[in-house]
Amino acid sequence: MRDEDMSVQHALLEARGIGKSFFGIPALDEVDFTLQGGEIHALLGENGAGKSTLIKILTGVYRRDRGTIYLHGNEVSPDSVAEAQTLGIGTVYQEVNLLENLTVAENLFLGRQPRRFGMIDRRTMRDRSKTLLQRYGLNIDVDALLSSFSVAIRQLIAIARAVDLSGKVLVLDEPTASLDAHEVKGLFTVLRQLREEGVGIVIITHFLDQVYEIADRVTVLRNGRLVGSRTISELPRLDLISMMLGRELQHITRDHQAEPETVDDRGAPSIQFQNYGKKGSVAPFDLDIRPGEVVGIAGLLGSGRSETAFLLFGIDRADSGTATIDGEQVAITSPEAAIANRFGFCPEERKTDGIVGDLSVADNIALALQAQRGWMRLISSSHKRELADSFIKSLDIRPADRERPIKFLSGGNQQKAILARWLVTEPRLLILDEPTRGIDIGAHAEILKMIERLCSEGMSLVVISSELEELTAVAHRVIVLSDRRHVAELSGRQLTTDGIIRAIAGTGETEAA
Amino acid sequence: MIHARNLPFVTTLAIFVIAYGLCVLQFPNMLSTRVIGNLLTDNAFLGIAAVGMTFVILSGGIDLSVGSVIAFTSVFVAVMIGSFGVHPLTAFLAALVISTLFGCLMGAMIRYLLIPPFVVTLAGMFLARGAAYLVSTQSVPITHEFIDTMLGFYIRFPGGGRLTLLAMVMLVVFAVGIVVASRTRFGANVYAIGGNIQSAELMGVPVGATTIRIYALSGFLSGLAGIVYTLYTSSGYSLATVGVELDAIAAVVIGGTLLTGGVGLIAGTFVGILLQGLIQTYIVFDGTLSSWWTKIVIGILLFVFIVLQRTIIWYSDRRLAVRQLKEV
Ligand SMILES: Nc1ncnc2c1ncn2[C@@H]1O[C@H](COP(=O)(O)OP(=O)(O)OP(=O)(O)O)[C@@H](O)[C@H]1O
Ligand SMILES: [Mg+2]
Repeated sequence: MRDEDMSVQHALLEARGIGKSFFGIPALDEVDFTLQGGEIHALLGENGAGKSTLIKILTGVYRRDRGTIYLHGNEVSPDSVAEAQTLGIGTVYQEVNLLENLTVAENLFLGRQPRRFGMIDRRTMRDRSKTLLQRYGLNIDVDALLSSFSVAIRQLIAIARAVDLSGKVLVLDEPTASLDAHEVKGLFTVLRQLREEGVGIVIITHFLDQVYEIADRVTVLRNGRLVGSRTISELPRLDLISMMLGRELQHITRDHQAEPETVDDRGAPSIQFQNYGKKGSVAPFDLDIRPGEVVGIAGLLGSGRSETAFLLFGIDRADSGTATIDGEQVAITSPEAAIANRFGFCPEERKTDGIVGDLSVADNIALALQAQRGWMRLISSSHKRELADSFIKSLDIRPADRERPIKFLSGGNQQKAILARWLVTEPRLLILDEPTRGIDIGAHAEILKMIERLCSEGMSLVVISSELEELTAVAHRVIVLSDRRHVAELSGRQLTTDGIIRAIAGTGETEAA
Repeated sequence: MIHARNLPFVTTLAIFVIAYGLCVLQFPNMLSTRVIGNLLTDNAFLGIAAVGMTFVILSGGIDLSVGSVIAFTSVFVAVMIGSFGVHPLTAFLAALVISTLFGCLMGAMIRYLLIPPFVVTLAGMFLARGAAYLVSTQSVPITHEFIDTMLGFYIRFPGGGRLTLLAMVMLVVFAVGIVVASRTRFGANVYAIGGNIQSAELMGVPVGATTIRIYALSGFLSGLAGIVYTLYTSSGYSLATVGVELDAIAAVVIGGTLLTGGVGLIAGTFVGILLQGLIQTYIVFDGTLSSWWTKIVIGILLFVFIVLQRTIIWYSDRRLAVRQLKEV
């Protein structure tokens, strides 16, 4: 499977026969991995395939059960992240791995602060931080606390840190999951520069477009085993997908041509927001959502997408306009009020505040339903088991073990569980902010299918996404935001990725439907 | 620029200044250097212990053994000098070595046996207290000319106040503590561990070594506090300083350090100590109030500060979403 070219030239980083089990369950089995200098190597596979585990073994977080690791042909065995860093391996892990209580500069230089006379030289640290971040187009106050920045900026800071301390190997585990297209472009420019400089780069991602754009080679894992390692230019996309899934993928897309041209044909709106807005957050807008309808929200990062969701869900309080459900006016002044009206909201930052790590998968899934029913009416454990099992099955959460503490699941599988948590409450209106980030391509299709089914049962859905293909695939209507205003509404034939891009850019026919 | 994380510190400082002003209005004498000198001397041992406690709490831990280690050190030192005729400096050195090793041991148990700090240091508290009883159950007075020279050393302020050697030791400990916390890699690692231990580990912070050093430092400073306490009372007594760790924790929290770790300043603890000293001094000046009022006021202050911290956290969490998007 590998090109057996036994020249004296040693690979930059090579792993042989890596094996690792958690509690007796194998997560990796006899996995080989070879990274050359000056190469961008994509590590691919479904959620739970073992990608993050392999990375953590290579970088000293986990101890491997079997196998050997070579750096430049010399056997190494990093026991800690610090040791891997001294070897020249810099890593951004899938978990958010920066410290919110420190400033940006402190985060960038933690453990390797510039010193004068044994004391941390804050001025140099600040200056170097600024130069470092400039490469990513970030002009931010490096003395501000990390907690005051968005996930995307934090991600860039984490990447900048890893790049700066990786002399030889840079490992990025789903670095682009919270970046928008523009930021991804910036990141890729940096990665190409590093490749020129001879750095070996391992990147994990679920965006196949990005793989084809940036990677030279791919290695695919499935269920903890190596499927193969190929040169990307010789690997058609469909072959890659079947390598990952071990089967063919069924695609779903909505046929907008066959849909009624005007939205009025779909029956009376059940949820109406009129002149709804908040100063400094989102300009007043009208939004009518019919039962079973999927409304997409598109726009660049910072255009007011998430603010719109905050308003709809009562996290931010609207200072103008009214909300009506089935003709009755309601006051959605808090998330509690929203939940009482059977709204659900799956926020973008579920990585950081979504899961309760020590609780089981079943408990995590039942959490929102329990909150909705109130803590006096406990969900019976048999009911909880049923719910958990049905969602584990329908969302393909792996391993299919409802009693396992959720922190032991892979990142993507945790995400599926959080989605299940809201689906369980059978909301009237579900708001999903970036629902499929970090979810593999097979599960992605499953989730879209599930959304389809729920909507046919009468649930309304608002989907915020920066993946335009996803929006056009699931939404009946897409609202386009720019500069915190609703600038366009696309439906029917207008609803294409091109149409959305043109509306965002402000050059398309932007009259509301 | 005032960071939100420094807000509790600034508040404490403001409260201290205002409270001091009010006291002086009522008793102008409280402004005298004599009062200030005494305040520093009286609280020297507590201040030293509180610096160690600040590091522990900044790292997200707790050290309940402080009071017992102080008591052990004081009895140990007194017996060494009084009964065995050891030179005070030798006795001090031995006491510091023992207390530091004791801290090391607790740190290692916390890190490698994954036992919560509360449990480990609770055990340490009983152990050190028991060891103190073993050494002697009586109050052991000490007299040694070297100690008399030490106690006779002070700097005179204009106005008759004295900055004693004990107060100087405390001020030096605070100064060094401030530098270590804010200007060394060790200090940065302490904040990192207190912020989020998993993230710190993934960023390459040597969590094990740092944890051990934090508790070793707290042990060392407890030992030093014990020596200062011995000098202050000229005796060693195994029943002394019960609950001093709680006073130290109170000073740390009132000084603006979050009990959850990762946020706070050594300088805040200094203000916390001064505030406690101020309350005691006021009660002495007033003359009619029971000394238990100190505890009551400290209790109220603690409540106020914990509520204040919660509010700040809640507020900044809520603002976060909005601010983040404005950054973009
Ligand atoms: N610390 C742990 N304890 C127990 N099991 C674990 C642990 N970490 C990972 N696993 C298990 O190992 C398997 C591989 O997980 P891993 O995180 O490597 O997947 P992944 O390929 O990175 O998936 P994703 O795309 O979802 O991030 C999963 O079944 C997971 O449940
Ligand atoms: Mg992963």
